[in-house]
Amino acid sequence: MSFLSIRNLSASLKGRPDRILRAVSLEVAAGEVRGLVGESGAGKSMIGKAVLGTLPQSVVITGGQIILDGTDLLTLPPAVRRTRIGQLCALIPQDPLTALNPSRRIGPQITNRLVDILRWSRRDAQTRARDLLAEVQISDPDRVMRSYPHELSGGMRQRILIASAFAAEPKLIVADEPTTALDVTVQKQILKLIADMQARHGTAILFVTHDLGVVSKVCQSLSVLYAGLVLEDTSIRDFFAGPRHAYSRALLAATPKYTDPDGSLTPVPESVIAATRAEVAAADDAMSDRGRNV
Amino acid sequence: MLDGRARITRPWSPRLVLSGSWLTLLVAAALLAPWIAPKDPLAQDLFLGRMPPFWATGAEPGYYLGTDSLGRDVLSRILFGARLALTVALIAGSLTCIIGATLGLMAGFLRGRVDVLISRMIDIWMAFPPVLFSILLIAVLGPGLISIIIAIVVIDWTRFARVIRAEAMAQGAMDYVASATVAGRTRLSTMLTEILPNVLPTIVVLLTLEMGISVIVEAILSFVNLSISTDDPTWGGMIAEGRTSVYQAWWVLVFPLVTLFLTVLSFSQLGEGLKDRYDPVLR
Repeated sequence: MSFLSIRNLSASLKGRPDRILRAVSLEVAAGEVRGLVGESGAGKSMIGKAVLGTLPQSVVITGGQIILDGTDLLTLPPAVRRTRIGQLCALIPQDPLTALNPSRRIGPQITNRLVDILRWSRRDAQTRARDLLAEVQISDPDRVMRSYPHELSGGMRQRILIASAFAAEPKLIVADEPTTALDVTVQKQILKLIADMQARHGTAILFVTHDLGVVSKVCQSLSVLYAGLVLEDTSIRDFFAGPRHAYSRALLAATPKYTDPDGSLTPVPESVIAATRAEVAAADDAMSDRGRNV
Repeated sequence: MLDGRARITRPWSPRLVLSGSWLTLLVAAALLAPWIAPKDPLAQDLFLGRMPPFWATGAEPGYYLGTDSLGRDVLSRILFGARLALTVALIAGSLTCIIGATLGLMAGFLRGRVDVLISRMIDIWMAFPPVLFSILLIAVLGPGLISIIIAIVVIDWTRFARVIRAEAMAQGAMDYVASATVAGRTRLSTMLTEILPNVLPTIVVLLTLEMGISVIVEAILSFVNLSISTDDPTWGGMIAEGRTSVYQAWWVLVFPLVTLFLTVLSFSQLGEGLKDRYDPVLR
């Protein structure tokens, strides 16, 4: 039984027919890192947000199940759902510059979670926060805990956010493009840090990214999304050995090569996009047919 | 280990010191008016009408800033006028702030129906011409301190609601709010612990600005004789009286006007100064 299992999850814009997620199904086993790739607007972040209950108000879930640790989150009353997500999940956000509250010191921002969710004592939470900051290679945890976010660099803030995500020992972390806002040199450190922390704590991660290079380094399995439709669900080894779907192949071919840094970029061919669009339209028809039959 | 940015020390800026001193002086004057005022602000002496201030020739000893056309002491009237001005500034300013900021925070953070309702109310409210609206309100409520305060609160809450709504919306889109939500916080607790501290600097600036505006509104209403009873000295009332005799006795108009000007300026500078000094994030 997977720890997180999303079944036929559909979502659309409130009051409009535009579909954002089209019967998405995917599984994340305990301790597994699953990548979620796709171009901008493919709905990869939306899946993460649906799991964590942080969807924007303009988006409504129209069907499906999000089964977390054996319970369908969507059937729970909001307050119960919130506590459950708080106990089991955490978020590593995209932009470390906006992910820490600018008017509060670092320390309480990490410890509050422990005190609120796990009912730890303040002192234990403090010790734990200090240990975690040391674990993410912050050299002077006490001083950092007394600092305001704007006094720290971007890479440092992202390490703090990683520490904070692992603080309550969650079973699942949603990492929403955690390296996108960082520069390339810092990216590599942060990826390694996430991989190390994941291995040590055995946390499952839903890793949202558009970077196949990142996927190859940290993930064990992968879902490829296009317009809210899962095109391919595969293991990393199979994917890089040769993707089954034409769009995935084109996406892989479009990744810039380190061996040829001056080569021109390869776009996804028009024909592949047209074929994929047709597939999306067919999926829509199938869904509305099913709706009619029921 | 912190990064290489220098630790920024923030001295008391001249703007904070100057505006703070003026307002402290004014508060002291208002509190101590009965004891420090050289004359009775209401005592008329028609033989001493339109006496110039102390440095001019023909000044009457004891009447430092001269007298008006009824022979009342201008300085004493300004001191007593400060009582009403500051009472209105504090009470009306704070009430407007609390009501406007609360509504703005709710609209900007909770969004949805609450936002639609509050935003439409703001739109409708702002379609009324404010001065006319306040005069109309006072005409209905009848003159008096409470009416002035009600008028200011009823008219000006939109000023807070609009700005704080926009700020709360901007803050609500930040990832730290998402993190708080994931951590199992309720909406209300997120609003109070995550959003409020970040809009507080703006609230402080708006509050002091609103206090200045309240002083002006009170002066406008006194000017058109809709403030408290005409016997009590008010800055607006003095300006209105001084206007009629400005060619013969400029000081009756100018001294209350300068006091009013400095007070309103000080309020707005105090807000900016406090923000510069205490906002943890320099923007």
